[in-house]
Amino acid sequence: MSLDAETVKRVARLARLRVEENEIPGLQAELNGILGWVEQLQSVDTEGVEPLAGGNPGGASLPWREDRVSDGGKVDEVLANAPDREGDYFGVPKVVE
Amino acid sequence: MSYTIDGWELVIGLEVHAQVTSQAKLFSGAATAFGAAPNSQVSFVDAGMPGMLPVINGECVAQAVRTGLGLNAEIHLWSRFDRKNYFYADLPQGYQISQFAHPIVGKGEVEITLADGSTKTIGITRLHLEQDAGKSLHDQHAAKSFIDLNRSGVALMEIVSEPDMRSPEEAGAYLTKLRQIMRYLGTCDGNMDEGSLRADVNVSVRKPGEGFRTRCEVKNVNSIRFVMQAVEAEARRQIEVWESGGTVEQETRLFDTGRGVTRSMRSKEDAHDYRYFPDPDLPPLVFTQDFVDGLKAGLPELPDARRARYVAMGLSPYDAHVLTLEKDTAVFFEEVAQGRDAKLAANWVTGDYFAALNRLKRDVSDSPVSARHLGRLLDLIADGTISGKIAKDVFEIMLEADEDPAAIVESRGLKQVKDTGAIEAAADAVLAANADKVAEFRSGKDKLFGFFIGQVMKAMQGKGNPALVNEVLKAKLQG
Amino acid sequence: MLTELTVAGALKALKSGETNAVELAEAHLRAIEALNPRLNAYVTLHAEQTLDAARESDARKQRGALEGIPLGLKDLFCTEGVRTTAGSKILGNFVPPYESTVTAKLKAAGAVSLGKLNLDEFAMGSTNSNSAHGPTINPWSSDNRKLVPGGSSGASAAAVAARLAPGTMATDTGGSIRQPAAFCGVAGIKPTYGRVSRWGIIAYASSLDQAGPMARTVEDCAILLREMAGHDPKDSTSADVPVPDFATACGRSVKGMRIGVPAEYRLEGLSPEIARVWDQGLEWLKEAGAEIVPISLPHTKHALATYYIVAPAEASSNLARYDGVRYGLRVAGQGDGLNDLYERSRAAGFGAEVQRRILIGTYVLSAGYYEAYYLKAQKLRALIRRDFEQAWESCDAILTPATPTAAFALDDQPSDPVTMYLNDVFTITANLAGIPGISVPAGLSAEGLPLGLQILGRPFEEESLFAAGAALERAANFTAKPGMVA
Ligand SMILES: [Mg+2]
Ligand SMILES: [Zn+2]
Repeated sequence: MSLDAETVKRVARLARLRVEENEIPGLQAELNGILGWVEQLQSVDTEGVEPLAGGNPGGASLPWREDRVSDGGKVDEVLANAPDREGDYFGVPKVVE
Repeated sequence: MSYTIDGWELVIGLEVHAQVTSQAKLFSGAATAFGAAPNSQVSFVDAGMPGMLPVINGECVAQAVRTGLGLNAEIHLWSRFDRKNYFYADLPQGYQISQFAHPIVGKGEVEITLADGSTKTIGITRLHLEQDAGKSLHDQHAAKSFIDLNRSGVALMEIVSEPDMRSPEEAGAYLTKLRQIMRYLGTCDGNMDEGSLRADVNVSVRKPGEGFRTRCEVKNVNSIRFVMQAVEAEARRQIEVWESGGTVEQETRLFDTGRGVTRSMRSKEDAHDYRYFPDPDLPPLVFTQDFVDGLKAGLPELPDARRARYVAMGLSPYDAHVLTLEKDTAVFFEEVAQGRDAKLAANWVTGDYFAALNRLKRDVSDSPVSARHLGRLLDLIADGTISGKIAKDVFEIMLEADEDPAAIVESRGLKQVKDTGAIEAAADAVLAANADKVAEFRSGKDKLFGFFIGQVMKAMQGKGNPALVNEVLKAKLQG
Repeated sequence: MLTELTVAGALKALKSGETNAVELAEAHLRAIEALNPRLNAYVTLHAEQTLDAARESDARKQRGALEGIPLGLKDLFCTEGVRTTAGSKILGNFVPPYESTVTAKLKAAGAVSLGKLNLDEFAMGSTNSNSAHGPTINPWSSDNRKLVPGGSSGASAAAVAARLAPGTMATDTGGSIRQPAAFCGVAGIKPTYGRVSRWGIIAYASSLDQAGPMARTVEDCAILLREMAGHDPKDSTSADVPVPDFATACGRSVKGMRIGVPAEYRLEGLSPEIARVWDQGLEWLKEAGAEIVPISLPHTKHALATYYIVAPAEASSNLARYDGVRYGLRVAGQGDGLNDLYERSRAAGFGAEVQRRILIGTYVLSAGYYEAYYLKAQKLRALIRRDFEQAWESCDAILTPATPTAAFALDDQPSDPVTMYLNDVFTITANLAGIPGISVPAGLSAEGLPLGLQILGRPFEEESLFAAGAALERAANFTAKPGMVA
């Protein structure tokens, strides 16, 4: 599988990364290099192998928290690093639905 | 006769988002209460701060299992959280934690009741847990949207139905039933005004006997009435498209409640590609059958079971249905009926009591009359202290101040007269004053008996014991 | 010289009253002042705060296990009130209103923070040159040849080697502790996944990330790890297992321990120097009473490719939160307001390697490619883990080289990403399998640069690594010091 320029643009769009037209060929070559290399995995027989998702060795399951309000009430800390604080809200350019 | 519009059959499926009733959010300790000041119920987890990690709220898991049990559904002892990746202003992490591949609850079913008394079974495809997003406010500033993350991370149950509904009424009845079940269970307050219950409505149309045609999804409809309207509006739109030779495109639409039409959501030029994958911050959600059995044992009686029990108590299916719609009503009714004639209790609750609630714009949770007092009123009727007619007057007085009806009867002297002497005296007076009618009666005009009863009761201001009055008059007139 | 003290040595000196926390902190701050401009290891310093903490430590009656020990922190740990950058422009001047579990535990144990250490942006890299703060220089560099310290925790290793801290906190996603430790001639351990809380550590690839210490001795690593480790209810992947006294294990004999030698790690083209150090290490362990057993880890050869699917996939999602809305860099959008703001902010805020990995990760998860790439990689990951599980039937620990080469020059870096990725070939399997791995300095190359050996162990058996690592350390008697040293 190799990426064409359109796919590079589509993926960049999905990832919300602005890519200038003149950067596309370079990126395309790099990505294809990496993808060509990982292509080696296709040669491995993984028939019947259960995919492994998490990092915990030996398996793990979710620990549960109790249903108690133990957080919140810190609007200033939540907004402290906001590039655009509008009152007690985060401000963004107008979103049209 | 099945429902059609201009010969087209409707195919409807619902995806319902129900807010889990819990103190804290699904993956953080921030509160879930409605209407708080902006960003005041936000933890660093909910704000997607760097390095923050989710930890699941066990009560939300229990609530999902309870709901699954209430939907007669398979409970999955092993489920998993995935990330649904997309960018949006009110989605702080850039992904929603949801259960895509392995939901906590699988197939189930609910029975809906329609206006004509018929019932129908609607299949449940699945129920899964997920996080809610924050809220964008678009009307606070000319050029900006404002983001409030109070809802971010609140637990939702997404309940997906099979495309089993065929009319707006069925869609409405299904949503009503889901809401009813969850309110009985206490797993979702069903408050649609506050957004605790929202429906995405999938609609397609077809000619009877056909396979499915393309469907459209009408997003985020927030009342049962609007769901029914949206179904019809969207069906009519699709029918028009097909009939004019066009093709319905699969898309997401919004229901414009003001104009009663659906409209396309702003073009999705970057067709969504959510890139679901298992959330590496969250190992699988695992629990035992014992845990499920424990929850099952603690479930309250559900509407269907309660309704059946009421019918067995002698109520009409209609009364049983009406009395079980809301759990509060059923509980009220049962307190009134406890140790009394269930049919009489049902008549009073669905009759005078409901009429009074309507008139006063109150509801059962805010009842002007306690169930205990209403029950005692029925006792006074049953033991002959007052007549049914006087009882209506007493009830009106009770509506003003929720007093014990016995005290009202006592203080206002409304007790039935059971003293035969007093009744005989009243009867004698009535017969004497109406000698002509007595003669007519005796010559065969039996119908006049009612007239004498009325006159005696009137003379006794309604307090004469009806059975005694009847007996005394009969004796005197035949004598 | 106070900066020559190890963690264990400093604890002893503090206890005996030979020195105090303020003197220790001052000595290190002076060393940093002198050397950091050339090394570029620390990116944020807060001398006043450091000295205040040291004074408080000296005054404390209840002594913690690390009372008065100065430490450097990789700038991936969120530190309350102190700018945290992840080596990226995208975080802008982000000042966390919270403290990571690891750094909070260290503080509670009495440790004193010297400042925040450079890293490859978001821990993505093997050279510490992908940083918004510029590259960190390996203190083993000579005047005419600047070497990389390795990465991503390059500065954490460089600072320890140059005596700018007796110990540092780092993280390891594919070798980011063990590879720079080897390049800088220090010790470093990546614990078992779940051993150390990830809460408050900026995520790269959540199922692989694990924090660990770096120090000049194996024993120091053991002392530090004990204070970092432990169950954290705020991290759902944190393991609820007891934390042993790792330092005791450093004195434990390796007699009878079975050391596995994986045939597949004898890579074609493995440098003869590396092969020689590896053989030497096996010889040392044998002399110490260990038994050497050949083992096979057949799926190792696919570990790198597996990693370069799994890690970017998780990263593409983990890094979606950097969007210029709640914190960090914002570049005003034009036209399509919010999306343009996202795209411009992210393009300006992330460096080239991070953008490359986000794109790869986005692609391998996208519709139509998920099965071929991501799911396939998860299956390979299962096979890699299974290889180790089978190996543990015949051995107790595994000895391998830590890196395929010694540190290379900053301007000798391969331009091709894939060649660059080969740096992690020996370390990456431990992250995929979730097992612990330690890197110990074992000798010098012909050029006089440090070379490291790696020991891998069973899950939660870090004690075996400390025992074998300390044995190697004793045998190697690595006393060489870098040229640039305080
Ligand atoms: Mg939906
Ligand atoms: Zn949903």
